[in-house]
Amino acid sequence: MGAVLVFCEADEKGVRSTSLPALTAGAALAKQAGGDLVAVVIGQGVAAAAADAAKHAKRVLVYDDAKLAAPLAETWAPQLVDAVKRAGASALLGTASSTGKDILPRAAALLGAGMASDISAVLGANRFKRPAYAGNAIEEVEIGGSVVVASVRQTAFAPSAGGAAGAVENVAVGAVDALGAELVALHATQKSARPDLSEAKVVVSGGRGMREGKNFQILEELTDLLGGALGASRAACDAGMVPNDLQVGQTGRVVAPQLYIAVAISGAIQHLAGMKGSKVIVAINKNPDEPIFQVADYGLVDTWEKAIPAMIAEVKKIKG
Amino acid sequence: MKILVTCKRVPNPEHKLKFGGGKIDLASASWQLNTFDEYAVETALRLTEAGKGGARSGEVVALSIGPKDVGQQLRGVLAMGADRAILIGGDDAALDAWAVARVVKAVVEREKPDLVVLGKQAVDGDSNQVGQILAGLLGWPQATFLASMRLAADGKSATVTREVDAGVEEKRVRLPAVVTVDLRIIAKKAVRAEGLAGADAEWDESPRYASLKGIMAAKKKEIKDVTLAELGVDAAPTMKVLAYEAPPQRQAGVKVASVEELVAKLHNEAKVI
Repeated sequence: MGAVLVFCEADEKGVRSTSLPALTAGAALAKQAGGDLVAVVIGQGVAAAAADAAKHAKRVLVYDDAKLAAPLAETWAPQLVDAVKRAGASALLGTASSTGKDILPRAAALLGAGMASDISAVLGANRFKRPAYAGNAIEEVEIGGSVVVASVRQTAFAPSAGGAAGAVENVAVGAVDALGAELVALHATQKSARPDLSEAKVVVSGGRGMREGKNFQILEELTDLLGGALGASRAACDAGMVPNDLQVGQTGRVVAPQLYIAVAISGAIQHLAGMKGSKVIVAINKNPDEPIFQVADYGLVDTWEKAIPAMIAEVKKIKG
Repeated sequence: MKILVTCKRVPNPEHKLKFGGGKIDLASASWQLNTFDEYAVETALRLTEAGKGGARSGEVVALSIGPKDVGQQLRGVLAMGADRAILIGGDDAALDAWAVARVVKAVVEREKPDLVVLGKQAVDGDSNQVGQILAGLLGWPQATFLASMRLAADGKSATVTREVDAGVEEKRVRLPAVVTVDLRIIAKKAVRAEGLAGADAEWDESPRYASLKGIMAAKKKEIKDVTLAELGVDAAPTMKVLAYEAPPQRQAGVKVASVEELVAKLHNEAKVI
């Protein structure tokens, strides 16, 4: 078997923490396949990320070029194809982030390779487990062909700890054709001091019952007190109360924190798909019959208007 | 403007799955159009309209792959307003993203649309691959997970917003292109063709319901049956599902009587605060 190539997303400081679980999955697959773990970093000014990636892989292929400054599937997917060939890889992995979901299937198309999305376990060189049907079924899948592509469910693998000292190789980037696609702008979410949703130890989520966006302020207060991240149900996002990037669920982010607090969320299947892996689930809802109580370790039947201010006061007592 | 929109039927996601012998039993499933595909149909229709109930220009062609029964879902899409439909005969359970992408590519080569609109994922397989693979195979630009879309007046490009992990990305693509839609695409002013609809044009904040008139009109519209052999496509899947299993079930826990009790339990028992 060949090498296992892992697509590492980069920012100016290094490899994004989003990609560390994909490196762990890649290491597990490399062991199964009997090949080396090779990382690939794409972008402009990604030297720090390349050095960072070398802590996790035997070899790092770097495509650092002004023509690749924008993360376009049209220009990045061909670099992944080049990297697969250069590394002699039999597998290409990346995290199922919004970037990975956009680019990896396109790379699979260019490679003529089969792909498994959102894998939660590595069973063999081309066999994986993955959730389907909003997490209500776990599939065991086998991918045919000489190269396998997979996106990795971030919460299913621990972040790679590092400890390697791989060789960094800068690849000369050839002609790049964006096929008439261009990035106009990225309107970044206001940077907050809060941890990323997928990595937070505590997540506080609000649902349709919060009624309006401004009512999320009190959830933010509780979130910050607990050092957590703020989330929301699809219903709350659909209603425009909060941005869609807070959405937890089948079509949003998947979270698995130590503590998940669902406030005024009914517990639709598609929401449960994004948070069932949490260690402890708390449900606060005024209706005792809501399905969210069926998965909650602790349920409180109350309105958020009464429960959340009281909870803030109680937590403050503990935190001193 | 000619738009191809893909439509997949899925088992009702609210119904409990039945497992048996490593398989999911779909014999008694109740089928419906995948929600994201319904949003894709709504998107395609808005791109051919001057506004809600306004004049139409262009053609919307709906495409599905599956057994004859899928005609029911396609009839519903025609009743929403699509102009005609194509049904490729096949076993929908045996198809993977690659097989579907190859089929759609073959239809694109026959129909030569300016735009292909897909839902970002089907809520049964949850793979989220077809649009991206299709765009890669065609060598067309792609815009995935759209929250909004504006078609330029000359019909040669589209400017879209995509909700990404880091915020909102604004992207422009040359046509022909492949786009996949996310939830926000059905917001009142999320989609319009600049040559057709003014900046103040708006629609209902949901996919449209079929009117009685629409249902009557749909009966006369064409659903063309095409076989895989006629299309000349090998629909063998590259991803084989070896087995299905139910995920570990969570047990319902306890109800607490007060916030004080809740916080005390989280602190002393669960030790997560």
